[in-house]
Amino acid sequence: MDINYLQIISAIFIGLASGYLGSFMVLKRMALVGDALSHVALPGVALALLFNINPFVGAFATLFAGIIGIWLIEHKTELPTESVVGLFFTFSLAVGLLITPEEELLEALFGDISTISGIDALLAVMLSLAVIFIMRSISKGFILGTISKDLAKTSNIKIARDNFIFMILVALIVALGIKSVGTLLMGALVIIPAIASKNIASNMNGYARTSAVIGLASLVGGVLFAVRFGLPPGPIVVLASTIVFLITLAFRR
Amino acid sequence: MAENILEVENLSVEFNGQKVLENINFSVGRGDVLAVIGPNGSGKSVLFRALLGLIPYSGRIDWQPRLKISYVPQKLAIDRGLPLTVKEFLGLKATSKEKILQALASVGIDIGPEHEHHLEHHILNRRMGLLSGGEFQRILVAWSLVDNPDVLLFDEPTTGIDIGGEETIYNLLHELQEKIKLTIVLISHDLNIVYKYAKTVICLNRQQVCFGEPHTVLNPEELSSLYGGEVKFYHHKH
Repeated sequence: MDINYLQIISAIFIGLASGYLGSFMVLKRMALVGDALSHVALPGVALALLFNINPFVGAFATLFAGIIGIWLIEHKTELPTESVVGLFFTFSLAVGLLITPEEELLEALFGDISTISGIDALLAVMLSLAVIFIMRSISKGFILGTISKDLAKTSNIKIARDNFIFMILVALIVALGIKSVGTLLMGALVIIPAIASKNIASNMNGYARTSAVIGLASLVGGVLFAVRFGLPPGPIVVLASTIVFLITLAFRR
Repeated sequence: MAENILEVENLSVEFNGQKVLENINFSVGRGDVLAVIGPNGSGKSVLFRALLGLIPYSGRIDWQPRLKISYVPQKLAIDRGLPLTVKEFLGLKATSKEKILQALASVGIDIGPEHEHHLEHHILNRRMGLLSGGEFQRILVAWSLVDNPDVLLFDEPTTGIDIGGEETIYNLLHELQEKIKLTIVLISHDLNIVYKYAKTVICLNRQQVCFGEPHTVLNPEELSSLYGGEVKFYHHKH
């Protein structure tokens, strides 16, 4: 297999953005929500494959529907988010497995960055940058909201709005990452860089940046290694970030 | 008679059909200190949350228009692993480093050049989760002062602060009140604090048991009716 530049460019930007956004997901203790959410993308990918449209579009569509559903239930009912997410996630996985064409199932579940197109790469670069900039612009209120909702509200921060924007960003990043690591392993791309960075960071700024860099290194390193040895990239990327995590564990503060 | 900065009339709060506050009436003058006292579960924190507009209520809460109201919660559950430093925490609200330093100075932290090492290493770049109870409280007060509020709602912590630390927080609030005419509403568990610093006091037990000047309204009968005869001490006249 050849390494092509489109893969590497996409991996750089998706890695940076998922590591950066992941650092906020871990702060908000919604790492597993993100992981579960990524499974909601599966039926979207399946539908896109069936109707021959870009899987990113399908994935984002079902993720978007999923987060609207979760957001509504969270804000309109007293049900705990994790049970709602649990429902959405298993339901979508079941539907996704039923309707994904069998020959495409592996790609949908574990991704295949080697089939990336020019449009995909361009989309990956632009959306990754957008995710980073938008997250940066809401980060202060978001951090305050994770520390104390009351403090955030009394400081005139629109928590519901910020959470909604945040969930859209999560949906974007998950939909982008699926091409590289698939729906099953996408959680790793947002969780592992963040918890690795948390081990060694001495302040918030450094934490988010280091998480982005670890995301980049794991994704690019994993893809290069996988291509070189003819292995599936998804699992190798997860292994790469796990190794980084283990290293940071030794330097834990 | 000073102008009233806050007027509360016939305030009631209900949770799931159960009244947790009923028919509360009081007012606070500009620059005054009002203490809110009452046993556990008497609705003190609920009153704060209603005053801050965080929960629905019935009745009237009239703040003077265009007031800046700051809030110091009783406690914040900050995860020890959270990599947020004091500087970053204050920076969530402060617009410049000068504002951060000003706020730290107003809670009695030395910011002069000769203290730079201490300031940088032991305060500004320290993680919030690693501060002691007293330091944490001090930083929370600094946080609440960053944007020069007119009113401070202070929910006194019950535990985690040593007596020395607590004493200084009150001296500090008292100084601020004198210096910048800050109006303070505080929830207190310590009647000594109430006698020493409060101009008026409101006693809550879901309903309003008393309202007035501490020396007038806090007599042994009132206190035992408020706390059910379990008052450990009350003000001794010497």
